[in-house]
Amino acid sequence: MSKIHVSTSINGDAVEYLCEPEETLLDALRNHVGLTGVKEGCGSGDCGACSVELDGRLVCSCLVLAAEAEGKTVSTVEGMADGEKLHVLQQKILDHAALQCGICTPGILVAAKALLEKNPDPSETEVRYWLAGNLCRCTGYDKIIRAVMDAAAEMRGA
Amino acid sequence: MVTEYVEGSAGTEFNKRDFKVVGTRPPRPDGIDKVTGRALFGADLTAPGMLHATILRSPHAHARIVSIDTSAALAMAGVKAIVTSEDFVKQKGSGNQDTLDNCMARGKVFYDGHAVAAVAAISVKVANAALKLIKVEYDVLPHETDVDAAMLDSAPVLHEGRKFRNIPEGNNANVSGFWEFGHGDVEEGFSKADVIVERSFKTAATHQGYIEPHATLATMGPDGRGEIWVCTQGHYMVRDMAAAFVGMETSQLRVTASEIGGGFGGKTTVYLEPVALALSKKSGRPVKMVMTREEVFRASGPTTSSSTDVKIGMTKDGRITAGQAKLRYQGGAYPNITAMLGAMTAFASYDLDAVQTQAWNVLTNRPKQAAYRAPGAPMAIYTVESVVDELCQKLDLDPIEVRLLNAAKKGTLSSYGPTFDEIGLVATLEAAKAHPHYAAPLGPNQGRGVSCGFWFNFAGNTSVSMSINEDGTVSVIEGNPDIGGSRASISMMAAEELGIPFDKIRTIIGDTNSIGFNDVTDGSRVTFSVGLATIKAARAAIKNMCGRAAQVWGIDADAVDWIDGAAVPTGHNAGDFSPMTLAEIASDQAKTGGPIAGHHEVNADGAGVSFGVHLVDVEVDPETGFTEIKRYTVFQDAGKAIHPDYVEGQMQGGAVQGIGWALNEEYIYGEDGKLQNAGFLDYRIPVASDLPMIDAVILEIPNPGHPYGVRGVGETGIVPPLAAVANGVSHAAGVRMTELPMSPPRILAAIDGAK
Amino acid sequence: MVKVNLWGSLRSATGGLTEVEVDAKNTGEMLKALAEKYPALDPIIEGGVSVAIDGLIYKEAWFTPIKPDSEVVLMPYMKGG
Repeated sequence: MSKIHVSTSINGDAVEYLCEPEETLLDALRNHVGLTGVKEGCGSGDCGACSVELDGRLVCSCLVLAAEAEGKTVSTVEGMADGEKLHVLQQKILDHAALQCGICTPGILVAAKALLEKNPDPSETEVRYWLAGNLCRCTGYDKIIRAVMDAAAEMRGA
Repeated sequence: MVTEYVEGSAGTEFNKRDFKVVGTRPPRPDGIDKVTGRALFGADLTAPGMLHATILRSPHAHARIVSIDTSAALAMAGVKAIVTSEDFVKQKGSGNQDTLDNCMARGKVFYDGHAVAAVAAISVKVANAALKLIKVEYDVLPHETDVDAAMLDSAPVLHEGRKFRNIPEGNNANVSGFWEFGHGDVEEGFSKADVIVERSFKTAATHQGYIEPHATLATMGPDGRGEIWVCTQGHYMVRDMAAAFVGMETSQLRVTASEIGGGFGGKTTVYLEPVALALSKKSGRPVKMVMTREEVFRASGPTTSSSTDVKIGMTKDGRITAGQAKLRYQGGAYPNITAMLGAMTAFASYDLDAVQTQAWNVLTNRPKQAAYRAPGAPMAIYTVESVVDELCQKLDLDPIEVRLLNAAKKGTLSSYGPTFDEIGLVATLEAAKAHPHYAAPLGPNQGRGVSCGFWFNFAGNTSVSMSINEDGTVSVIEGNPDIGGSRASISMMAAEELGIPFDKIRTIIGDTNSIGFNDVTDGSRVTFSVGLATIKAARAAIKNMCGRAAQVWGIDADAVDWIDGAAVPTGHNAGDFSPMTLAEIASDQAKTGGPIAGHHEVNADGAGVSFGVHLVDVEVDPETGFTEIKRYTVFQDAGKAIHPDYVEGQMQGGAVQGIGWALNEEYIYGEDGKLQNAGFLDYRIPVASDLPMIDAVILEIPNPGHPYGVRGVGETGIVPPLAAVANGVSHAAGVRMTELPMSPPRILAAIDGAK
Repeated sequence: MVKVNLWGSLRSATGGLTEVEVDAKNTGEMLKALAEKYPALDPIIEGGVSVAIDGLIYKEAWFTPIKPDSEVVLMPYMKGG
């Protein structure tokens, strides 16, 4: 079967790629677009390491077909910083030492950004439930939750 | 929160000093790469002409391989190479041979998921299609996955005819190891007890659960030279194993460690690397291999499951008179020493006149276990701490007071042999007792659990090299993959010793050709051992720099000291010269004798043991058996916390892994010997909504064996949670829990059974 | 002479003893002397052991000095996570 041509917008740039019909968005981003910041931890939607936003909706890119990105906008961790200037969430993750190995960090960042776009003032419980789909095996989540709460406060101008 | 408690006695290395950099919390050097997605992990590298390889795995728990026919697969378009065990070199030592046989089954498959053959092709899709064309004829054999059943005479024997050393009479052929530790007369000890509790416990096998699956990219040219890129806890180990398995000289293989997405002990061995190298050798192309999550669960090492009998005697006033434990562990199809470590650590928290532990390792049809954070200790200490808790309950004694009364301290003959030097258990228990958590009121259906924990910490072979650059900055090369922020702590120790700011230093993990050998990142050894070597390498560079200054000043080198980042004339009649800073000496180095560098290579010793105490409040729903962690506090002796954020991180992360072990995580095998939950949906590790904040209280009782007093902190944190949570649940549910994980059905059954 | 404490399961190699005495000034000499005096210990030592001297654990360090009054414990070789 011939490949599918996809025109999409990734982190604000118009991007085209060819993909197999059964190929996932995760594989297309990593293997065709060079965005290896999107991580694969499970390939089954259980770990959240491959989290991206698709038309503003948080998804596991391993559960989305690459062809589904046609005409849509995709946001990954690579699009969060503005040049040299880190996104508040990125800075807070660093300030709170909220990463150890760092493999889950891109997915956590994308998921947390999606949360704060919807709910700028989440409670600790809301943050914990929103991030329940993003597995971290190193930190016990404590510092991650603190970093996200702190980022939310700063973004609200509190 | 850092609490400084007592001053350790000055040992061979430790000297009290006022730190400028150590103990602060600077941003980690790899941080920006990791929050922007730039950091390159195992699966993130590609090479021109690269092939993709996948592995054919056994569908049987135990079978003889009668034949493997790869001809149809090899004939498929796009397939470039296939390897089986025939393509690897027989090893001299049984340990290496076992590791190789685990990478690629030889003669027999021992577990569901055991690798049988591997295909390199132009894509993963083609490689997977080719796997289906490989014809393997199996002679299926009876299997056993349970530790106690595998010890019975009726159990199928895994390694027929293989003899294991030091196995007492009366054990069957699946017992691959037996160890005994202790001192004193336990029978006499039990005769002095007012109360004796004897219990049997079981713990399930759990997986390290690193989020990054094993991944590697290997190339080997026709000149016989090879390169491997890999996520590993030890690239020198990968080099030595992979070179030996494909039959090449060590010097011809260069291994580079990628960023590593978690290891916890699980990446201290090889699985894919020798296979990718052999496929590259055969195909002449770079070969990439990445495990699926299912493969990680089925075929990379979980830890052991255990079955343990414990007996402890206590007087009415809480003094332990004797302790005894029989530990039976299974760690899959090949020998290992995890049971031994369990037997050594089980009673390590206590000062006992009589203690005896015996441990058996038993072979079963499960994947070859790999080290998992303080291997052996969590499940052993869980059993002892559960029985101590029950004794406190029976005698109506305070569990922390009883532990204080019996706590190991300096001068205690440890349960595993040596006498303890300065240790922090008493201070750690005192901190727990004094903490508001211990006095907080409990609600209905809630219970509070306490447990001590212990881990040895290792030292070992370590090399560090640093160069003083002309612009006054310093480049440090170490050889231990950084899993939890160690590049930050190594840079901090270099900055402290050299007397320059943290941001003037960049530390990298060198490849295997760049510096001397390094043991794997294990045993909580890196901050201790690499830190020690970094300090000594800095001292070598400082000696060189003092010599340069002395030459410039025309005075004796002995008359120059290094103070706050500068050479200073301090000796008698040294003369009145202005201090010469590192940057000044660095900029003139070509004129004063050439490049300035320092290096240190050592088989380090002096690692300090580490103790922790955990407090947990749980609430058990009597209707559903569900347990909620309401409050959790970790107290741990770090010796000296170099970067307190990352010490807290180790304590919090260890605690949560232990909570998962206590409540959720479990390898579940069917009657058919197949793993039934090889994915994160069914093998449930703790998620953010399962947990409260984890408070971490760092204590600093200096380790006499390190210049700054550092103890390893990476592993101890996973040891106490099993018993702490079990004790909390037992109090909340009103029934003693003796099997992990304490999943809701098990808790409900225990509550029903107690009615 | 130094007194060496052995872990319990080595009794079978020493005729029931868990504390033995050998003439040695460092760990290398001690291991060699142990293997000569108790040949059944040889394969175990060859397979890898740790030695604790006055509470500090050493792996494979032959030249670590042992004082006559040092506490010496032969321990199994340990690997961690």
